[in-house]
Amino acid sequence: MTRHLRMDEPQARLLDETGQGVLSTPLPRPEGPLKVTGRARYAAEVTMPDMAVGVLVRATIPAGRVTGMNTSEVMAMPGVLGVWHGGKMLRNPAQGTANAAPVQPGDKVAYYGQPIAVVVAETFEDARAAGQALKIAYAPSNAEPDPDTAATVETAEGLDQGDLEAAMDSAAYSIDAAYTTPGHSSAPMEPHAALAAWEGDNLVVHGSYQMLKYNVNELADSLGIPPENVRIHAPYVGGGFGSKLGIAPEAVAASIASKELGRPVRVAMARQDVFEMTMRRSETRQRVRLAAGVDGVLTGLGHEDRVSNLPGESFAEPTVQATHFLYGGENRRYVQEIARVNRTCAGSVRAPGEAVGMLALENAMDELAEAMHVDPVDLRLRNIPDTHPESGVPYSARSLAECLRDGAERFGWSERGLPGERREGEWLIGMGVASAARANFIMESEARVTLNPDGTALVETDMTDIGTGSYAILGQIAAEMLGLPMDKVKVDLGDSAMPPASGSGGSFGAASAGSSVYLAAQEIRAEIARKLDCADDDLTLRDGNAVADNRKTALTELIDAPMVGHGHLEPGKTAESHSQAGYGAHFSEVAVNEVTGEVRVRRMLSAFAVGRVLNQRTATSQGHGGMIWGIGTALTEELQHDPRDGRIVNRDLAEYHVPVNLDVPDLDVMLIEERDDESSPIQAKGIGELGLSGVGAAITNAIYNACGVRVRDYPATPDKILAAL
Amino acid sequence: MNISLSINGTTHDLDVDPRTTLLDALRHHLDLTGSKKGCDHGQCGACTVMVNGRRINSCLALAVMHEGDDITTIEGLGSPEAMSPMQEAFVGHDGFQCGYCTPGQIVSATAMLSELKEGWPSHVSDDLVSAPKMSRDEIAERMSGNLCRCSAYPGIVAAIQDTADKETT
Repeated sequence: MTRHLRMDEPQARLLDETGQGVLSTPLPRPEGPLKVTGRARYAAEVTMPDMAVGVLVRATIPAGRVTGMNTSEVMAMPGVLGVWHGGKMLRNPAQGTANAAPVQPGDKVAYYGQPIAVVVAETFEDARAAGQALKIAYAPSNAEPDPDTAATVETAEGLDQGDLEAAMDSAAYSIDAAYTTPGHSSAPMEPHAALAAWEGDNLVVHGSYQMLKYNVNELADSLGIPPENVRIHAPYVGGGFGSKLGIAPEAVAASIASKELGRPVRVAMARQDVFEMTMRRSETRQRVRLAAGVDGVLTGLGHEDRVSNLPGESFAEPTVQATHFLYGGENRRYVQEIARVNRTCAGSVRAPGEAVGMLALENAMDELAEAMHVDPVDLRLRNIPDTHPESGVPYSARSLAECLRDGAERFGWSERGLPGERREGEWLIGMGVASAARANFIMESEARVTLNPDGTALVETDMTDIGTGSYAILGQIAAEMLGLPMDKVKVDLGDSAMPPASGSGGSFGAASAGSSVYLAAQEIRAEIARKLDCADDDLTLRDGNAVADNRKTALTELIDAPMVGHGHLEPGKTAESHSQAGYGAHFSEVAVNEVTGEVRVRRMLSAFAVGRVLNQRTATSQGHGGMIWGIGTALTEELQHDPRDGRIVNRDLAEYHVPVNLDVPDLDVMLIEERDDESSPIQAKGIGELGLSGVGAAITNAIYNACGVRVRDYPATPDKILAAL
Repeated sequence: MNISLSINGTTHDLDVDPRTTLLDALRHHLDLTGSKKGCDHGQCGACTVMVNGRRINSCLALAVMHEGDDITTIEGLGSPEAMSPMQEAFVGHDGFQCGYCTPGQIVSATAMLSELKEGWPSHVSDDLVSAPKMSRDEIAERMSGNLCRCSAYPGIVAAIQDTADKETT
């Protein structure tokens, strides 16, 4: 039985009526014991008899053609089984939801670090030695490594509404400022890996991917085989952050080699491979213009940017995504330039768009508040529009004002002084604020729920858990709907043979996959109601019992055969009828050392409003994750490209500085009570990316409040601060 | 080369390539995949194991160097059915998300508490001679060699603090 729902209109808040009381509570992750004891098995940890091991070999020129390689020499090395290049090998991973093969470049090279060959041997040691010995000959061609000077720049007219120039000219206050942000790397702790094995024409891959239903099609298309012949397992994924959205070079390389050798082949990326050949976040150059009246209400808003990507890639960092809807102002203008460069492919990295676009927007708002001598919290409150400033549609649930007000109060915002006012020895102390906003949407998603006669339930979907808490929340939704204690519900994920979910990405996973589990469980509830001859609404399920018409029946007595419900969610009219987003407010307190320019974040508070919270603990941890990424974005993270050939110079975790434990102060997460009826049938929105949206600006705004230095070129490293002190 | 390694109290005889790291011996030869490979360069700490009670990055050690040593991996600290206090605390405080850095964090934290008890100073200690205090900053500093990109640091610190508090009471 399938319950299909297109989200065309708000749905009843059934989850406010159910009585099990497990949803939203801070339950621990059910897979936790496996993870903390090292028993959860990730892609590269599956073994098969007779398995061979491959390593990828990267290009050492930014543009040109491969003319040959010393294959016969390498083949003569101990244990070497084969060298494959060209043909079906991928240039870069598929973009998220591509659903088809990415570029298969043959002998062409488009960036330094592109996977050129896979060398397969009996052991990892033999494969690594052979990979290092592989000498590739090239015919180089001219490269465009620099987005600022690239010959090819495409322009995308975003929007030109009203007359921004006139609004700027007549504004009581205006800001016209330029900001730059560097490239970022997702840098998940688990390097991308795949183990491929063929049984006849059927391919099984144990891999590390976020969106299996798309990944199956991408892999099949890459190999030229029917998608029904491909099965992907990814029960545990060691972080993704966008870098594992699409099928990636290692999966195709392993599959090609495995087919030809007739043996299972495992290919795991080295850390340097992850930096060079998985998606980077594009660097951005942004100009923000704000025009405001004497009351601080915006009359105009401009946001222009330049980003980059490889030639032919459709993805462009959606820098102004939140600018469209966050603040009002009738005169608006956006223009995006996309420079075509020979650099590692650009794609989605956690919160694409907002993660960098909101740095500039929220810094500019701080500059406007400063110019007007208005409290920056107050300025934001004055600029919350009634309806979408471009389309005019209403907003769904939007607790931005509550986040700003409640957050400010709990943080002690009223203690904030003027720049340079607070000092402790050689440290200058300041506070900063930024709004958080992240566009919200759902994706088509399916799940199967089985209620067994023994009173247990099983949830099955190809949804992934990349650390986001899918195992926990999907089990909680099923337990809540079926009236079962959590230990009676098992959740199986990450197998493409199971019903196709949304996958993990774009913060839509929890609401989309969660809603499909909800619908499947609704179907089972309806069947129980039929058995009890009561209306669906009169049924209460709790602690393994069904209650209707004052009769209480144990589910174990009621059911004699497994009841199977299939849930199928699709986005619908509410996606267009309302502007949907998660909202929040970030507050930070920093100390700036006036001798060294060092910045220490002392404490942070973020208030989030994301509709129904499905698990307070995992939601809080997602909030922490975003906030800490914000520390990295504000202070340390920066992909450095060699100006000669565009290569990523700091392609490892010693040189690309993700935040470490001591970089992180006490963090406070407030989850504001909210239901978003237009978002999904479970009234939930995403939180995974909202935490990162805007947070870096709360830190750089605090740096300004501490010492009067406005860093507009991210990250705010000591050299930039010292030079301006 | 034929060597024998003592891991979690059990002696394993194995034939390894002299280039095999201790981490790869564990993961590829012994199917002890709890120790993770995050960078293979000693930069992330996911591969942390204890050798004679001290934490090391097993990706920076060759297997053949450790014959006769007493090696403890995450599998030796506890099992899903019988977790160590530190493992239980990580579950209780949500000191992980994707779980990939987690075994390294837990082995590192377990060994770190011994270092603190033995009075080893750190970058954030008041001085080099007096006994370092069990504080948030001491934990955070001593755990900064274990990266967590999911950024579960608040839960990690809370779990370690909790475990240390229980040990002293």
